[in-house]
Amino acid sequence: MAEYSALALLKNAFSGNTDWKPAWRKAEPKPRYDVIIVGGGGHGLSTAYYLAKEHGITNVAVLERGYLGSGNVGRNTVTVRSNYMLPESIRFYEHSMKLWENLSHDLNYNVMFSQRGVLNLGHSPAQMDEFAKRGNTMRHLGADAELMDSAAIKRLIPAIDDSRSARFPIVGGLMQRRAGTARHDAVAWGYARGADRRGVDIVENCEVNGFIREGDRIVGVTTSRGEIRAAKVGVAVAGSTGHVMRMAGVDRLPIESHVLQAFVTESLKPFLDTVITFGMGHFYINQSDKGGLVYGGDIDGYNSYAQRGNLPIVEDVMSEMVTLFPSLAPVRMLRSWGGVCDMSMDGAPIIDIGPLPGMYLNCGWCYGGFKATPASGFCFAHTIARDEPHAFNAPFRLDRFHRGTVIDDKGQGATPRLH
Amino acid sequence: MLITCPYCGPRDVSEYTYQGDGNRTRPDPASTDQAAWNAYVYDRVNIAGAHNEIWQHSGGCRVHLAVTRSTTTHAVESVRFANARLDETLSPEAAR
Repeated sequence: MAEYSALALLKNAFSGNTDWKPAWRKAEPKPRYDVIIVGGGGHGLSTAYYLAKEHGITNVAVLERGYLGSGNVGRNTVTVRSNYMLPESIRFYEHSMKLWENLSHDLNYNVMFSQRGVLNLGHSPAQMDEFAKRGNTMRHLGADAELMDSAAIKRLIPAIDDSRSARFPIVGGLMQRRAGTARHDAVAWGYARGADRRGVDIVENCEVNGFIREGDRIVGVTTSRGEIRAAKVGVAVAGSTGHVMRMAGVDRLPIESHVLQAFVTESLKPFLDTVITFGMGHFYINQSDKGGLVYGGDIDGYNSYAQRGNLPIVEDVMSEMVTLFPSLAPVRMLRSWGGVCDMSMDGAPIIDIGPLPGMYLNCGWCYGGFKATPASGFCFAHTIARDEPHAFNAPFRLDRFHRGTVIDDKGQGATPRLH
Repeated sequence: MLITCPYCGPRDVSEYTYQGDGNRTRPDPASTDQAAWNAYVYDRVNIAGAHNEIWQHSGGCRVHLAVTRSTTTHAVESVRFANARLDETLSPEAAR
């Protein structure tokens, strides 16, 4: 019987809910492992899970500086989609989407994956042409996409301002119905529990403060809880990549850390049952199960590790929300926060062996890492276990920038603040 | 976040445009060293702490500024003209 089931729920209800096991052990670090994953975020935890599940490597430690869910996995705006343009990106994110579709079942943990659709709004015929091209590319590569006209959008989202006199009238949109949202903490907890049950040690409050080297080779890490050695060390620390890799002597990478803000309003009655993005700025919004509207926009646009942003972006995001939904003007914002994003030079991630012997690197997620959580872990685990990239992450090598094979979906060039 | 433009005085960050990492040095335009150009275009130091960067006062005097700013606290530590020759003509001291 699965640990979490209707029967288990009933049984535990009668025993006063005292028999539930903790979702993961509070592991003490051992002196040696086969694999260490630095960073207990979504990607680090899913990597450990797939190392154990797909490759039978269970002598693994995930080292997390704070507590699980304290970083970007608990700070994102929970959107899952695969509506990209370039084949390498669509294949990778579509694989992620397929893993999402079975994730709750696979983990025996409800990650509340809700395929409520992600709709990109279009405001000009030219934008609709671009959507048609992107939608066709997505369908050609096995993802789903459908063009919608403004009447269908108004039926789907009655509150939206579809007036012809709007500054940016809505002409139509590109909908991916299989896309949607998931509960981000549950993703971290589910992967942690899945990895833990297979023998992985999840070590919280364990800050890596250096790497142990034998010659060029990385053979372990020094931490706030002592030295830990391993044959293979994977680094999956997102926004802290520059900081952590510098400890290993890698002082230049095609990454800049930037801050992205997110916002949530007070709870409203059911108002919006899909995810929408504004096409004449940068704005996205969905409604959580609790009723709060969760939304955000552009990154602040300067290097930052601060996990908080500045007011011009707040004003920008609010104005875009009220442009789309004038009725939301009186709604109060409850909270705002920031997360540190590892912006790469082409907007695509890096999952690779190296850059030093014994080391593996997973970074460059920009502000889209949450949707990639399953595929990132799946591919990173494959790369670590087999010492070669999986077909899905083979294009996402670190040396692609110097070899001239960048994967620049947006066509912005090496300007991270614009990706 | 306030940045004190040496010409205009303290102004809100929304008046400025971020022009990126100021630690990079463009190779000699005559250079054909591919690795040096690749490193210039793609590689960044990405410091957690005092970071050298270029900002343009695009909503003001439009001058380019070399700013040292903490990426962990956003505190601006120093601002000067990116083109040091402007100190002689544009700075408040020179104007006096």
